[in-house]
Order: sequence, then structure tokens, then C-alpha cells
Amino acid sequence: MITLTDADRVIINGLQGGFPVSERPFAEAGARLGLSETELIARIGALVEAGAISRFGPLWNSEELGGAVCLAAMSVPSERFDEVTAKVNAHAEIAHNYERDHALNMWFVLSSLDPARIRATARAIEEETGLKVWLMPKEEEFFVGFRVEV
Amino acid sequence: MLSASDQALIKATERGLPLTPDPYGDLARALDRSRAVIMERLGALLEIGAIRRIGVIPNHYALGVIANGMSVWDIDDSRVAELGPRIGALPFVSHCYRRPRHLPAWRYNVFAMVHGRSRDEVHQKVGEIAALAGAGARAHDVLFSSRILKKTGLRLTGQPAA
Repeated sequence: MITLTDADRVIINGLQGGFPVSERPFAEAGARLGLSETELIARIGALVEAGAISRFGPLWNSEELGGAVCLAAMSVPSERFDEVTAKVNAHAEIAHNYERDHALNMWFVLSSLDPARIRATARAIEEETGLKVWLMPKEEEFFVGFRVEV
Repeated sequence: MLSASDQALIKATERGLPLTPDPYGDLARALDRSRAVIMERLGALLEIGAIRRIGVIPNHYALGVIANGMSVWDIDDSRVAELGPRIGALPFVSHCYRRPRHLPAWRYNVFAMVHGRSRDEVHQKVGEIAALAGAGARAHDVLFSSRILKKTGLRLTGQPAA
């Protein structure tokens, strides 16, 4: 767990979006947060360095860019879990993969700029493992108001 | 499909903006374009939602928001349009989607990712969703992640991360 300064909290709580697209954006954003341009740049660099933020910049919405993303789940027998994990993770299309406590115990996200790669990868995993891959494409996205508060 | 110049822009920013007083100017120089063109394109991509937002991308785990539960809901089809947006608007829900059921193996059609500092806190927040949904939710479950098996982030350009 990382120890944050008051300025760090102000940055994390206040800058999860809305960073200006302008000639001196750190100066502008800093003025809004009560920090100088230099201070804001230095603190963000330190937060990235410490791992408190994974990065600073645009959050791309891959689907709007013509790429495809699809959640998928599998029910993997416990004695085969490591083997199946290795086979699934070996595909470059797998971005995230989580073990979850449910009969469907492996949940991963397939992503590719080429939508056809989603089904093709799921089929390849089924052939390599002999296990069913349940595709759970998003049919509708609801407005999300999420903000991490520190 | 993406234009080559947008792909170059994604690739140049997927690990972050330059932490310099003039990040868009520095980005433009790296891409051999003008700052004005880069700023205009980023503005347009924000406008159409191809960029969700620009700013801090927090690392939840490092910040102590270590529990995440994938809450899944069997919501009456006739009420999804009303309840989905209300669930998504809750501040502790980071993603909220309608997805297909796979009967009989999987009955749930709405997914809401709930974050908190502990599993108890996640359960308590799931309880808030249950109260909000009332009789509109016929059943729900929460799936906690017990292990991260892979996490690379989306790599739209297909380039390996450094």
C-alpha cells in the first residue's frame, strides 16, 4: 500500500478525466487543483513511478476504434487449471485473465483490432483444451459513473 | 478500421502522455505532425467516445481498492433498460453491461463490477444494488477474483509492452 500526500489525493481524485487538450494542459489542470505546473508534472511522475497510477493519458475505448473486445468464461477442472491457464494466456488476444470462485472459474477478456479474431481465438482455445469457451459479448453498455476515491 | 495516423497516435499514447509542460507538442514532434493537428484529433476522438477520458488511470490495487466482485444479475428483460443505467451510475460500479444468458449454465444478463477495500464492503455495495433492483432482479451472485492469471492491458496495436 502506497502512502499518498494530500497533493497526491487531490490529483487522483480530481484528475481521473477532464485533462485539458491545450498548449499548457498541466498548467491549466494544476490551477484547477491548486498546484503549480511543475509540481503537478513531478507528482504525476512520482505516482506512476510508485505504481499508484498505472499511467497518465488517454483511456482508449477500443470498440469505438473498430476493434473488438469480448468477455469469455470457462469451467476448468482444478487439476488442469495451470495447464489450461498457460494455453489460454499464450494467445496474444488475451488481455486479462482472472480466476474466480464459481463453477465458471476462469474469466478472460479477448481483444483484437480484427473482430474475427475473437471467435477464432475462442475456437482455438476450445480445440487446444477440449473445454467449452462461453463468449459473453457486451450487448449494451450502461453509463458508468465510477471514480476511485482515495 | 483505424487510419494509420490514428493507430500511430494510439501507439504513441498507450503507455501515457509525455510528462512535460507541452505534452501534445512533444507528441506531435514524435509523430512528425503539428500540435494543432494532434489536439484537434484528440478533441474529436473524445467527442465521439473513442477516447473515454484523459487523465490519471489509477492502479486500484496499489491504492487499497483491493476487492473487486463481479456481480451478476438475472434482471427481468422488460426492466433492463430502466435498471441498467441506474446500476451503472452508482459510484462504486466500474463497468455495467447487458450480456447474453447461456441457459441453463448461465442465467445472468447484467454484469456490474463492484470495487471496494474489502469483500465485506463489496458485499454491502452489492446489497445496495439488490435494494435498488428490488423485484426486478430474480437472482444474483458475486464472483470474486481469487487470482490474476494475466494482465497486460489492451494492446490495440498488437505491439508487445515494454
